[in-house]
Amino acid sequence: MTKDECKQVVLDIIADIAPDEDLSNVKPEVRLRDQLQLDSMDFLDIVMELRKRHSIEVPEADYQHLASLDSCAEYLTPKFIALAAKG
Amino acid sequence: MKPARIVITGVGLTAPNGNSLTEFRQNLLHGIAGIERMEIRYMGTQLAGVCHYDPLKYQKKKELRVGTRAGSISIYCAREALADSGVNFETLPKDRVGIYIGCTEHGNVETENEIYNISKFNYDTKFWSHYHNPRTVANNPAGETSLNLGITGPAYTIGAACAAGNMGLIHAAQMLRLGEVDFAICGGISESIHTFGIFAGFKSQNALAQHANPHKASRPFDKARNGIVISEGGCLYTLERLEDAQARGAKIYAEIAGYHVNSDASDYVLPNPTRQAECIRAAIARAGLKSSDIHIVNTHATATPLGDIQECEAIRAVFGEGCPDTYINNTKGYIGHCMGAAGALELAGNLPSFNDLTVHPSINVDDLDPACALPGLVLNQPRTVAKVDTILNNSFGMLGINSALIVKRFTT
Repeated sequence: MTKDECKQVVLDIIADIAPDEDLSNVKPEVRLRDQLQLDSMDFLDIVMELRKRHSIEVPEADYQHLASLDSCAEYLTPKFIALAAKG
Repeated sequence: MKPARIVITGVGLTAPNGNSLTEFRQNLLHGIAGIERMEIRYMGTQLAGVCHYDPLKYQKKKELRVGTRAGSISIYCAREALADSGVNFETLPKDRVGIYIGCTEHGNVETENEIYNISKFNYDTKFWSHYHNPRTVANNPAGETSLNLGITGPAYTIGAACAAGNMGLIHAAQMLRLGEVDFAICGGISESIHTFGIFAGFKSQNALAQHANPHKASRPFDKARNGIVISEGGCLYTLERLEDAQARGAKIYAEIAGYHVNSDASDYVLPNPTRQAECIRAAIARAGLKSSDIHIVNTHATATPLGDIQECEAIRAVFGEGCPDTYINNTKGYIGHCMGAAGALELAGNLPSFNDLTVHPSINVDDLDPACALPGLVLNQPRTVAKVDTILNNSFGMLGINSALIVKRFTT
């Protein structure tokens, strides 16, 4: 999985949990909460959907890495790659 | 000191056969029911009363995703009632508004959904939603309404089984009289069709209606009635003290004339006609009326073989043969049993009678059960009458809770 593909995974989840938001111009380097109406429960949704859809676990101590699309990609891409390697 | 006079100034509703009072009333006068087939988890196709209001009229998609159906129904009804009341909501002090919503139960839908959800993950509870608690707290429908409207006064639900719709109104009238609030949004709601448990429970009780034609399935007072059609719905009113309503030039639908609530203390599910009659008599006495002063009695009868007969026994005990101006009807033939919304919706369906002097009929009565042949029963066709100044609304529920609410034509 590439970092761009990883960003798309996160955007697909956000599209479901924040269906009123326009996601066509999300800036990858800007904090998601600074450009979208997302609250702490929504971030728990992102964590839950990563778990449900992709078997990716994000411990609470690492929630900070979900701040922006760029930081999501930095943090999650290696997890996706490791998961794929496990088969 | 005489208690403050309390009046109804707005109505917002969604029923299986209408999403406004005008539409609902028209369908009650034209015999149009709203029962359909619905797929119920684990149970297959069942008959149910489904509401078809537009949830996006007052909520964003995200609110609908996070919240509950009960919350959504409440928000729709509350906003429709506020609009109907004509109150200037912007200037209304939000800390002086109370929200009092009756419901039969709350949380079953969300709990069942979560158990179904984790069943897909080998019952691992780490997949249990973080929304479960805010969705299932008993005050959820009122709380979601307060969030949506920015109301900061008291907002809570009143659990009273299927008497809950009346209880919302009664409680609001009490709070207005106590001076706890200056404006109330109140009534009852139900999301019950989205829980398989209520269908399965009634089926195990042999109390779930069956009929080839869904619109004929709910048949209170018919000899061949065979149970309840479960429905969702909501009806919320705006209530105000008379002087406040008059000061802003509000239209007034009716005045709360009297009410009573009591308990059977005799069985978990079987009604008790003696206690029902006591409840009705006490409401009439509180209103300062006699039985013969009541012009419309809207019955609670749910189309169970025994329950209908027992309510008729209670009504016969109170009204007997000496009330020639009393007419009796039932609304569940059209909409099924809307549970916590039933009392509030059924009252609303009769309010226009003050203006059109027409009593909507009980429908689907092809063969009247002789045990239910009350004097003044209006069957299958609407009846125009000489006078409608009072309406008595019965709502009874499991664990033996009885409520009777009387509204009267408003006169200065």
